[in-house]
Amino acid sequence: MDYFELMGFGAGGWGPLMLKAAGMTVSIAVAGFTVGIFFGIIGAALKLSRDPVAMTIAETYTTIFRGIPELLIIYLFYFGGSLAFSNFLHLFGYQGFFSIPSFVIGSIAIGTVSGAYQTEVYRSAFLAIDRGQIEAARACGMKGFLILRRIIAPQVLRIALPGLGNVWQSALKETTLLSVTGLVELLRQASVGAGSTREPFAFYLTAGAIFLVITSISGWGFEKMEKHFSRSVRK
Amino acid sequence: MDLTFLKTTTISLLSSVPLTVSLVAISLACGLVLAIILTTARMLGPAPIVWFVKSYIFVFRGTPLLVQIFLIYYGLGQFEAVRGSVFWVVLREPFWCASLALMLNTAAYTTEIIRGGIQAVPSGQIEAARACGMSNLTLVRRILAPIALRQALPIYGSEVILMIKATSLASVITILEVTGVAHKIISASYRPVEVFMCAGAIYLSLNFLVTRAVSAFEKKLNKHLSHT
Repeated sequence: MDYFELMGFGAGGWGPLMLKAAGMTVSIAVAGFTVGIFFGIIGAALKLSRDPVAMTIAETYTTIFRGIPELLIIYLFYFGGSLAFSNFLHLFGYQGFFSIPSFVIGSIAIGTVSGAYQTEVYRSAFLAIDRGQIEAARACGMKGFLILRRIIAPQVLRIALPGLGNVWQSALKETTLLSVTGLVELLRQASVGAGSTREPFAFYLTAGAIFLVITSISGWGFEKMEKHFSRSVRK
Repeated sequence: MDLTFLKTTTISLLSSVPLTVSLVAISLACGLVLAIILTTARMLGPAPIVWFVKSYIFVFRGTPLLVQIFLIYYGLGQFEAVRGSVFWVVLREPFWCASLALMLNTAAYTTEIIRGGIQAVPSGQIEAARACGMSNLTLVRRILAPIALRQALPIYGSEVILMIKATSLASVITILEVTGVAHKIISASYRPVEVFMCAGAIYLSLNFLVTRAVSAFEKKLNKHLSHT
């Protein structure tokens, strides 16, 4: 069978399965990145709070999750998550083992790591805002939340976008590590195909090529977004 | 918390540290040499070579490292021509496959780091060196390389940390470095939290040592800038 028949959409072709797995890769990356936005905003808020306890918590979080290999973190969540949740359910009289779906575990693991990197991105973006703008907003009589919504958030978003683009690319590539948990994303699907056809080169090459397409498209998307959000900035 | 378990786990994890360190050292050393060659080719080479280096960087930065490892370890072994060649001595060993993938991967990132460092050298410095009559080689040795090194060092430091973390992927192709051993202990004992703590502490200490070494080196390079 030649390469195009193997990866095609005809009888015996692996095209549909590979595309479906690519969809899984993108959706788990999106889910993880979204969890990361949540953690990142909380982390940045804690780091900027000037409260020693909050700062220590956030500092510990970013040090651990940026310094320890993602694979180890995924093992922790994969093996530890279901165990902890089952123990938690035992408190309410539930017997037996509850295993959390690997999609949920995966997005939380990716999100925790991504959140640690996003914390730094949001924090430095916030610090890059001109203090005078916040003072001016106060002078105009704006209250805390209004300043956040009208002055801080739009500018943090604009300044953070290039950094967020990098974090997104790493989250996307980290999803391959979830293949060790049995989640059928692109690499896992490629391994299954490689095992059953004895054509590993073709399958991993295809997986790599699909990743290149996804990373290129998202790189282009981030570039467009950067342009869109900096349209008001003087060149 | 079971202290004897923590102790035995830490001991068996520590015994796998040399493997992690040698993976990092080999791939960083070879990756740096390759990156210097690629940077030179990219900045001075003819158009087709520049195009080749650019696509190399694009491919290795745009695809996950695990895919690259699998492609080298499982993918290349599929071909009779590779199995019959002299390279098979290297490519049949998971350790060398992992080192090769890590090296090719870090070379792509390092090339960009070095290029950034070189581009940050003020053009006035180069003009001044030329005005003094320096030859190209002297200019690189005395002006370009030292300044570029100072610019690139902090970013290269974080690349080293990324590489330390990246060696954990070698465990997926049966190499028992720190993460591989950790995974084995977790599957046998089903105590993920304790094992994670021990293995995590090892990685964090490695990172700490690297950060310290890089900032000490940085200080040494920037000695002339400090006025205290």
